[in-house]
Amino acid sequence: MNAIGYVAVAGQVMAVVIGAPLLTGWMRQVRARLEGRAGPGPLQPWRDVRKLLRKEPITPVGTGPAFRAAPALLVATTVVAAALVPLLSTDTPVSAHADLIVVVALIALGTLALALAGLDTGTAFGGMGASREMTVASLVEPTLLLSVFALSIPAGTTNIPAIVSSAAHAPARLASPAGLLAIAALAVAILAETGRIPVDNPSTHLELTMIHEAMVLEYAGPDLALVELGAQMRLTLLLGLLSSLFAPWGIATSASWAALAVALALLAAKVLLLGAVLAAAEVFWAKVRLFRVPELLAGSFLLALLAVTASYFLNGAA
Amino acid sequence: MGLLRRIRTAGRVAEPAPPRPDEQVPQKARQLAGSAQVRCVDAGSCNGCEIEIAAAFNPVYDAERYGARLVASPRHADVALVTGPVTRNMAEPLRRTVAAMGEPRLVVAVGDCAIDCGEFAGGHGVEGAVADVVPVDLTVPGCPPEPAAIVAALRRVTGR
Ligand code: SF4
Repeated sequence: MNAIGYVAVAGQVMAVVIGAPLLTGWMRQVRARLEGRAGPGPLQPWRDVRKLLRKEPITPVGTGPAFRAAPALLVATTVVAAALVPLLSTDTPVSAHADLIVVVALIALGTLALALAGLDTGTAFGGMGASREMTVASLVEPTLLLSVFALSIPAGTTNIPAIVSSAAHAPARLASPAGLLAIAALAVAILAETGRIPVDNPSTHLELTMIHEAMVLEYAGPDLALVELGAQMRLTLLLGLLSSLFAPWGIATSASWAALAVALALLAAKVLLLGAVLAAAEVFWAKVRLFRVPELLAGSFLLALLAVTASYFLNGAA
Repeated sequence: MGLLRRIRTAGRVAEPAPPRPDEQVPQKARQLAGSAQVRCVDAGSCNGCEIEIAAAFNPVYDAERYGARLVASPRHADVALVTGPVTRNMAEPLRRTVAAMGEPRLVVAVGDCAIDCGEFAGGHGVEGAVADVVPVDLTVPGCPPEPAAIVAALRRVTGR
């Protein structure tokens, strides 16, 4: 049992680390095809990372420890979160510690590290990006928490593996009003947290419209590779969490090699499908104006609040 | 829905990839191995070259399929595409931009102006050609150069 559990944890981390650039490449490829382009192929983000790791590291004059520690901290928090969140198996040696609040706090810590690094560069755009990122984060983190709370009420715990395994055994719960509201709220929160359209445009070149990009303008070489890898890993992790919470079919609930292999294949399929849907949606959407972003996020917070209320009154109180 | 129909009827608009240019790949470009982040610097051009660079990245020429991508910061860039004769006011910003890029870095002079001041040679505000200000690795002649020529230069950098 234990060996399989540890393999499951290692597999989750490896799947997120190795799969993240592939997911980004896949999404860019889907988008390129919809735009009539040929596209660089799904391996391109890995080529970018390989090249960045070979480049000369640069520490801009006047930056301090916050700037230097942020890339490593971003990747480290995401790796820990990837080990905790049930992506492949709900029965791992660390699943007892995989509390919802811990996972959201780890994600927030990564965001905070990057915002501090943006401030540390002392450039106008770095500070502007940091202030925008924190504005968005302060609206997104409560939504992340609340929308999962809606699922944790029927499960009676905030332990994510327990929520997922109880949902896997009672799938009807996910189609309830509370479940649907929570899906919508969590999806918007994840779009905002990972800096996708309509909240932020990951491929923008206009500094004035940037949120995430503006904080990392000063990174170069291996540090930039870590920052990009970290951002891609967060997207993969959160899409994986979304699929585990709302489509838990196939996730390993017991310790067996066969279940683990099936879970890995299904996780890849689910995340790739979500990525394709997201990439296709981005072709149709435009970025919303920055001053409208709080309205969008407040709306998703409201959905999450309704989900919790519905979940409490419709089945939680019984 | 209208957009969906357009996507279906347009299909793939990217032209078939021309054969890989067989000129010498610059030594520094070997280390990039199929990935080049590009930063454009307008050192004083008439914007004709910019239009052609934008066309090189549109769906028809699709320079991105060879691994080149436009980025927002010189710190992220491996290649600087410099256009136009270097004007007095842009000489120092150009030097600083190239200095901000990490090694290995390449400077590509795009257009006749960037190579030898072209149309603007002898102008009172012109400091000189790009090579007078920063070391140049590749040149793309033409006034303005065709997008295909810009794509070919970028392919020599990415090696794809
Ligand atoms: S080369 Fe021609 S198109 Fe390009 S900047 Fe000079 S005059 Fe304009």
